[in-house]
Amino acid sequence: MMHSLPETTAMRAPMIVFDRVSKNFGDLSVLRDINLTVAAGEVISLIGPSGSGKSTLLRCVNHLERIERGSITVDGELIGYRRVGNLAHELPEKLIARQRARIAMVFQNFNLFGHKTALENVMEAPVHVLGIPRREAEAQAVKLLTRVGLSDKMNNYPRMLSGGQQQRVAIARALAMKPKVILFDEPTSALDPELVGEVLDVMRDLASDGMTMMVVTHEMSFAREVCHRIAFMEAGRIVECGKPAEVLDSPAFERTRAFLSRVQ
Amino acid sequence: MLTYVPARAWGTRVAAVLLSLAVVYFLVSIAGNSNFGWSTVGEYLFDARILSGLYLTLWLTLVTMAIGVVLGTVFAVMAMSRNVVISTVANAYIWFFRGTPVLVQLIFWYNLGALFPELSIGIPFTSWGVSVPTNTLISPITAAVLGLGLNEGAYMSEIIRSGLLAVDPGQRQAATSLGMTARKALWRIVLPQAMPVIIPPTGNQTIGMLKTSSLVSVISLSDLLYSAQTIYSRNFQTIPLLIVACLWYLLATTILSWLQSRIERHFARSRNVST
Repeated sequence: MMHSLPETTAMRAPMIVFDRVSKNFGDLSVLRDINLTVAAGEVISLIGPSGSGKSTLLRCVNHLERIERGSITVDGELIGYRRVGNLAHELPEKLIARQRARIAMVFQNFNLFGHKTALENVMEAPVHVLGIPRREAEAQAVKLLTRVGLSDKMNNYPRMLSGGQQQRVAIARALAMKPKVILFDEPTSALDPELVGEVLDVMRDLASDGMTMMVVTHEMSFAREVCHRIAFMEAGRIVECGKPAEVLDSPAFERTRAFLSRVQ
Repeated sequence: MLTYVPARAWGTRVAAVLLSLAVVYFLVSIAGNSNFGWSTVGEYLFDARILSGLYLTLWLTLVTMAIGVVLGTVFAVMAMSRNVVISTVANAYIWFFRGTPVLVQLIFWYNLGALFPELSIGIPFTSWGVSVPTNTLISPITAAVLGLGLNEGAYMSEIIRSGLLAVDPGQRQAATSLGMTARKALWRIVLPQAMPVIIPPTGNQTIGMLKTSSLVSVISLSDLLYSAQTIYSRNFQTIPLLIVACLWYLLATTILSWLQSRIERHFARSRNVST
């Protein structure tokens, strides 16, 4: 099923804009001249072989990684830097933290806070980053955990939860920050096969709610079903980007075809 | 119906019986030996000098451990800094204070006045500031606190660093991506999870410090052991007074071990399976 995104994404306001983004790790260039615009409410998946730069690109959006050239804006705001004439000064930590607070991230290994219950995990940042009163944050956390189907696990610590449950808590934790964007870094790769579905269901639900999402994934059926566009990356470049049917069924490039034949 | 009979470990049973006999024999021979001077032990166990020595020992242990934990946290974080100057300074501190005997450090601080007759606060390389004679500032007690505290800081920083390294880096990333600053992530997310790793060796250090603090006798501070020594140097009841000191050390160690297990249980609660 496709969600109610207008035919051309250009009709929607751009949410994330990558403009000629490049990045190196030493001599290795991991991102080369990336241009991409993600519209508000769009769900885009990044696919490609490991080491192609998908995760790095994702991590640049909340400045967990620095970029060397180009710029990334989220909702019109330059990420990580302040432009003064021709110079981009890196922002002080506090301001970067403030930007990150509205750009949520969901990790492959969940990274739930091990010393806190599911409920406390979801409450932590709203209370201690946004300064929301505890009672309000708790009510919100209860609502979010119920939404991801974990109303009976709120007082469990992460190690008592299955992988799928942990990842759903992580998504609730991300939602608690009322993010403009959620970045998913291989959210189902660490899960047992029978637990993948419950996480994808939650993501599908978010997508139909109009959340802007960038998803690095190997789940081709999810990419086909839920995403508005798929970007295929290789060696730090976006080789092609288009509607799932176009990219998956009739890829324009041989490299895309070769990759897809290996994963499908 | 079958009745299951577990295998009998005869060897273990025989060993246990022999061992209990040995223990009983050992206790009886100590209790019956008048050279131990048990009546003298009883006489001095609650002596005012012993009790004030005990108080100083406990006070020194708690204060120097507190300093050690604070310094250790600061230097552990510094040692992990990406800035080379900051991490080098921290590593040099750890290298120096772990590399020299704490006894020497105590004497050194006590004699600081010989190196720097005056200590001053002011702007370096200018004439601004106030000066105080070192010997009025460094009393035996400050020398003891400085010597033991700085030395402990070096050991604690290694313990805390290993605790911080034991926490998955993903925890810090998750905290950062939720908008926490590095400092907030350290306090709220990383340190609490490092505690289960940090607590047991810290308990060890505390118990060690209880006894290491007896070194302050070299700078004439009347801690527990020194008080016992002062008494037996007059009445020559050496063994009974050392037993008095040991009984108090044992009691304090027992209480500290109990406290440690309570703290460990507190920080392990997220590891329990039940809710």
